[in-house]
Amino acid sequence: MQEESLLQMRHIMKRFPGVLALNNVDFTLRKGEIHALMGENGAGKSTLIKILTGVYQMDGGEIKVEGENVTIRSPQDAQKGGISTVYQEITLCPNLTVAENMFIGRDEKLWVRNKEREKKADEILTSLGIPARARQQLGDCSLAVQQMVAIARAVDMKCKVLILDEPTSSLDDKEVNMLFDLMRDLKSKGVGIIFVTHFLEQVYAVCDRITVLRNGELVGEYLVEDLPQVQLVAKMIGKELDELSSMGEGVEKKTVNNEVFYEAKGLSSSDALSFDFSIRKGEVNGFTGLLGSGRSESVRAIFGADKVNSGEVKVNGQQVKITKPIDAMKHGIGYLAEDRKRDGIIADLSVRENIILALQVLNGVFKPISRSEQEAFADEYIKALNIKTASRETPIGSLSGGNQQKVILARWLLTHPDYLILDEPTRGIDVGTKLEIQKLVLKLAEEGVSVTFISSEVEEMLRTCSRLIVMRDRHIVGELKGADLNQAQVMKTIAGGESGHE
Amino acid sequence: MSKKAAKKGFTAGLGQLTIPLVAIAILVIFNLIRDPSFFSIEIKHNIDGNSVLAGNLITVINGASELAILAMGMTLVTAACGGQDISVGAAAAIAGSVFVKVLKSGASINAGTVILAFLLACIVAMIFGAFNGTLVAVFNIQPMIATLILYTCGRSIAYWINGGATPTVDSGIVKAIGGFIPGVPIPTPVIIVVVMAIIFKLLFHFTSLELLTQSVGINGSAARLNGINPTFIKLLSFIILGVCVSVAGCIGVGRLGLINHETLLLDVEMDTILAVAIGGNNLGGGKFKILGSIIGAYVIQTLTITLYAMNVSSTDVKAYKAIVIILLVVIGSPVVKKKFEKFMAGRASKKAASEAKGA
Amino acid sequence: MKKRFNVLLLAAILVLSFALSACSSSSSDNKSTEATKGTEATKSTEAPKPADKLIKVGVVNNPPSESGYREANVKDMEAVFSKDNGYELKTAYSLKNDEQLQAAQGFITDGVEYLLISAAETTGWDEVLKKAKEAGIKVYLFDRMIDVSEDLYEAAVVSDMAKEGDTAVQWLLDQKLDEYNVIHIQGAMGSDAQIGRTGALDKQFESGKMNKVVQQTATWDEAEAKKIVETVINSGKDFNVIYAENDGMAKGAVAALDEAGIKHGVGEKVIVMGFDCNKWALRELLAQKWNYDGQCSPFQAQIISDIIQGKKTVTDKKIINEEKGFDAKTLTQADIDTYGLGE
Repeated sequence: MQEESLLQMRHIMKRFPGVLALNNVDFTLRKGEIHALMGENGAGKSTLIKILTGVYQMDGGEIKVEGENVTIRSPQDAQKGGISTVYQEITLCPNLTVAENMFIGRDEKLWVRNKEREKKADEILTSLGIPARARQQLGDCSLAVQQMVAIARAVDMKCKVLILDEPTSSLDDKEVNMLFDLMRDLKSKGVGIIFVTHFLEQVYAVCDRITVLRNGELVGEYLVEDLPQVQLVAKMIGKELDELSSMGEGVEKKTVNNEVFYEAKGLSSSDALSFDFSIRKGEVNGFTGLLGSGRSESVRAIFGADKVNSGEVKVNGQQVKITKPIDAMKHGIGYLAEDRKRDGIIADLSVRENIILALQVLNGVFKPISRSEQEAFADEYIKALNIKTASRETPIGSLSGGNQQKVILARWLLTHPDYLILDEPTRGIDVGTKLEIQKLVLKLAEEGVSVTFISSEVEEMLRTCSRLIVMRDRHIVGELKGADLNQAQVMKTIAGGESGHE
Repeated sequence: MSKKAAKKGFTAGLGQLTIPLVAIAILVIFNLIRDPSFFSIEIKHNIDGNSVLAGNLITVINGASELAILAMGMTLVTAACGGQDISVGAAAAIAGSVFVKVLKSGASINAGTVILAFLLACIVAMIFGAFNGTLVAVFNIQPMIATLILYTCGRSIAYWINGGATPTVDSGIVKAIGGFIPGVPIPTPVIIVVVMAIIFKLLFHFTSLELLTQSVGINGSAARLNGINPTFIKLLSFIILGVCVSVAGCIGVGRLGLINHETLLLDVEMDTILAVAIGGNNLGGGKFKILGSIIGAYVIQTLTITLYAMNVSSTDVKAYKAIVIILLVVIGSPVVKKKFEKFMAGRASKKAASEAKGA
Repeated sequence: MKKRFNVLLLAAILVLSFALSACSSSSSDNKSTEATKGTEATKSTEAPKPADKLIKVGVVNNPPSESGYREANVKDMEAVFSKDNGYELKTAYSLKNDEQLQAAQGFITDGVEYLLISAAETTGWDEVLKKAKEAGIKVYLFDRMIDVSEDLYEAAVVSDMAKEGDTAVQWLLDQKLDEYNVIHIQGAMGSDAQIGRTGALDKQFESGKMNKVVQQTATWDEAEAKKIVETVINSGKDFNVIYAENDGMAKGAVAALDEAGIKHGVGEKVIVMGFDCNKWALRELLAQKWNYDGQCSPFQAQIISDIIQGKKTVTDKKIINEEKGFDAKTLTQADIDTYGLGE
């Protein structure tokens, strides 16, 4: 077993400010194997790849190639070590020929013999069965062929480990099959391939093994035949978070009022397809589905975060128009965005300013909240949500992820919303804070606030939501209530009918 | 508790102002060593028989007025848009031309016509500001590129308005704007700077513009999701700069009683941007301190006057200015700041360690 | 879709703004082409009178927006070569040499009889002037010389900047002051005007007849000139002459004097000298507040017109335009009306 292992990563640690991106992750790649690296966004797979290719430096752990320790400080190191990467976007030059693209930046000599180079390129292309000629302009080839040329370049650079990062996302079925043929061909030549993709079917079509990461931790390594699609989904979104399952049992979450607070018919936006949705006062519901299923896009449409195209919206039974965030805020809706860094925090501003921001906007430009009021609000919520910060004047950017999230929560709570949309409020934050946020959601619901809760962790949603809306391919494919609210049913609905691998 | 916090806030604010304050202190000390009487202020009687203050200090403070006023508006644009308006000089020439044009079209010049002329100049400058702002806020063009258009053609526009090379206005009131109000020994431009600074202070006190502008500048996407309209905030910053531009333009006209569309506030845009940078404001937008930019303006002016006083030929002045400014900007850069902080932290921990050993 | 719309709108704005910026030259172009159109129209309606044929003149010049000098120059050209005087005038204004060359080429094709040129640059004109000669077109240079052989043009009516400086400095020497302590404010370094106006004074500094209190360039900027003089006043140095290389800078200098309460003008302590003879500056002279204003004459049109009409014969191809220098003591309102630039 040990002889055939090509690449070994052991106890890999990587810390980013406030987040442990990789915690003690192991990964093994064997000769002549196609190995899928799976995980939801933020699971740590891109961090792992970037460590392997020298973009990031690891904080701990070791990497062995063919049994020998290697240090990878830069992409050049990785290349010398026989590790090549082909990215989703083509990183070659479309206005050069195929041959030039294959050799550019590699010829140590100044003197280049074109003829020789082209002959060699043609040989490689033929041997790999790539339908391209050396003298062709790369830009004239199809995307799939361009990708293959990139692979050919990597192969010719004596690569032992080939990383394919989402190579199929811009290819059609035929092209994908061409690519798969090439991958199988390389595999038979003894190259180890790490395959990163979001398409589950492709994993089962071409891979031998699957390694699943979640929250920066290794979930496990499995042979494809041992891990049916539904189980893979389960591993990716995490049902093994047992330490949390005890929580929430005591809290009665089904206290649902019958009054509808918000109702939308045929709501669609630039990013979300038309859908119907309603929520009652004091109800906690959830949108679930894999990444890219349209769950975030749908709730953004409710808040008017993207350009709203159509839809009839009623708040408290009154027909209203919500086309931009301020409209939604004026109707008592708050939205905690999925990407905290990009859409949530104002990094350079203090905790105080971040907390009062939404309320200030709601009050209008000409009614500034006085400094003393601001301080009182900030202190109140720092205490109430147990936000760990040096002072209320500390820039929010220097807080840990969990505390940043609490500040954003405080920001919305301060506006006393009737309806709060929380998109991934618990991503990338520690377990303790996750618990606090879940408890807070249930407490809000008890006070009559409607909450929409989105999380990649199904367990979390099962604990907090009384109704789950399941999405796949940007459509609502199911709504689960009562007895149906269990892990198996959710997995089944997410994976859909075509989960024939069981 | 609150007192302690307030003090903390004050020192935090000082952090940004440290460099411009130190720079101005160094310049002052340098000048005092060079010529102890450099900053002596005397009372002179000007041609109209008024007692007025005179001396290098007054020259510096007075001469920096337009720059300081422009720097205030530029700070706001920088904060909101993460870029700078390079057309302020050209726009000031337009505003000044409108000011003169209106004054000259009337039969006589009195306080009423001057106010009217100023208001019209303001409106025109605000319209041009809105034009720049639209390109930046609506079409997402880099501010420097967007304002390049007005930078290129602004002085030609001023030329058409003038209809001639250098129209002059002979009026006591206009002269008073750029010089001295009879009976007041302080130069009027200095008074205008103080008034403008107070207006900004009040603006930030009675509105939440400061917070909104900073939010837009730091994270436009998050600001939008908090109900702020970034387009409007950016546009507004350019319009406010327009007001500053027209004030500066009118002072420029008042100083000499003439408008020269080619030379009025020539190259002032670069000095303005530098004033903002020296003031410790991030040229990439976000948090800002208008006071910093004002001090920055005085740093630049002190430097210029110092060099003049040292008889440095004015062709060389620019080179010397460039050297000093590079120093200031590099010292204020995040890289150096971080290194410095690290160094200080290292020293502090070493000190702590040695103390611990000693104990 | 929306994106495309934005792009279109942006393009429209850009085009519009460039059109605006280009207007300074095109507006005057329009005028001149309209003028030619007008003459063509009259020609067609009054076709039976070919004997009264207008003389076709093409003028390649810098745009009037360049300076007050240029504005006066352009106005003078348009006034002298008017229809009333028997000319059909075509004009092209540009600051760029290649655009000027193109315009000259165009005039040659149009079949003008005379080509008048004030070139943006001194080089690159050989080819075009040779073509003009082949076509039998007579070329006159005005205001600026070109680096070509003399037989390619009929005459060059130009200013002698050095002479202009000499005239001014000679006037200053004639004042017979006990001591000359001069603040010398220069124009943009390297420009013809600056070199000419500085040279004469530099000779005096070298010979020791005059003392240089300060010599600095304000690059034609009034405000800068004011700063320079303020600094001198603040330093307490003594001076009794301000020699500013244009009117604007003289005005800036005077503003600094006024603020410090220093008397200037005829019979006062400080002598103020300027150049360009703007009307407003001459009025300062008339009010005895300034002492001297020199001029580099922008009026070459009449001389060229006289040559064309045979009223004047060319002896030397380089004709130095008469330069004026006005003394406040002798200046009259009539002088202001005739020679003053601007309004």
